[in-house]
Amino acid sequence: MKHRYLTNVSTLLLTEAKCCGCGRCVEVCPHRVLRMIGSTARIDDKDGCMECGACAKNCPTNAISVVAGVGCAYAVIVGWLTGSKPSCDCSGGSECC
Amino acid sequence: MRGMCTTARSVMTLSKHGSAPIVSTTLHINDVVGAWRMRWGIGRMTYTVQPGLYAVGKPDHASCVLVSANYKLTFDALRSELAGLNCRLLILNTRGINVWCAAGKGTFGTDELVARIAGTGLADKVTHRTLVLPQLGAPGVCAHEVTRRTGFSVVYGPVRARDIKAFLSSGLRATEEMRRVNFTVWDRLALVPMELVPAVKVSAIVFGAAFLANLFAARSFGVLDAIIYAGAVVTGTVVAPALLPLVPGRAFAWKGWLLGLVWTAGLTWLNGWFVPEFVVRAIGYLLVLPSLSAFLAMNFTGSSTYTSFSGVIREMKIAVPLIALSSVVGILLILINGFSSR
Repeated sequence: MKHRYLTNVSTLLLTEAKCCGCGRCVEVCPHRVLRMIGSTARIDDKDGCMECGACAKNCPTNAISVVAGVGCAYAVIVGWLTGSKPSCDCSGGSECC
Repeated sequence: MRGMCTTARSVMTLSKHGSAPIVSTTLHINDVVGAWRMRWGIGRMTYTVQPGLYAVGKPDHASCVLVSANYKLTFDALRSELAGLNCRLLILNTRGINVWCAAGKGTFGTDELVARIAGTGLADKVTHRTLVLPQLGAPGVCAHEVTRRTGFSVVYGPVRARDIKAFLSSGLRATEEMRRVNFTVWDRLALVPMELVPAVKVSAIVFGAAFLANLFAARSFGVLDAIIYAGAVVTGTVVAPALLPLVPGRAFAWKGWLLGLVWTAGLTWLNGWFVPEFVVRAIGYLLVLPSLSAFLAMNFTGSSTYTSFSGVIREMKIAVPLIALSSVVGILLILINGFSSR
């Protein structure tokens, strides 16, 4: 059964004019958000994006931008309480991933 | 050009694997027990293997190099899928964290990979210049930068170790299915203990508080109260993750709240608490317990494979104030009922 999260929240942006058509973003996306149409990448399912940042990190022409972060409520709470950026380094790394 | 390295068992055993330790592709009973311990969070942050280069079978200068993390659970999952292959494993130091989480932190990253290639002298041990990385390492690794700095090109392999043989035998080609992250009911249930263990620890405090309250309360807290509370915890940490895609709605907190409401309302009715003597406590439970389930289910976003940071923030900005308000009012009502003489 397919999982769907909230709609219209992803910060994923693709500037198609900058795309070199290497297909790297399509290769790395864990939710098949991007697709090659001819020699250009397209965002096919923006609401499927979990903002992991793999596509942007591996884009050789910086055609993709996304505010990558952890989709983890616990990390957000720790971030709010400590005033730091939410990360997986919660609780000193004792009980987390 | 893909498929530049070979994995077929070499007939001429060149034994060029040099000093790299040879790893077994079968798991020992200790590995199975270790995996169980990890799932329950016992000694989880120190379950590591030494970073560096390992040999599987009898690799030669043309054999594939697979890159992975030094979490032993990851290392075991990978090696147990490599029976019959000749290849090398380049294990990065992710401080005992799995590939995907480490990539998110950047420890499974470009710098570590570049340094590990240099430190192991990999370029002298293989004649090809191709590295196979797990696809889920991509959030931490910039493939073109690795190539620029080391001369090695990066091919992202499948998401799951169990697809690695099919990937290698098809000339380093992954199917759509190999590239997609799933979150099956078994995947979710495997993560449940790590939700349950911290919740049980906190619950010990709650039970302690209820025990103390019973010393002074007019209407004491009994077994039924313990059951309705424990059920709400289980609803948020076990039932909500297990039924995740089946529960209507998208926000995790909402899913948890809905299930918590069904549980709490059902038990309150079964216990016959909708009577004047107990109705204040019943309303209190209906405010507190679904909120508790909601909070616990919301924390499962961290274990899920598809929630975005922006989405979690959106969800929390609405859910957290409601959970807090509902809980405070509910706790007050429960205390009023417990300590009032009428």
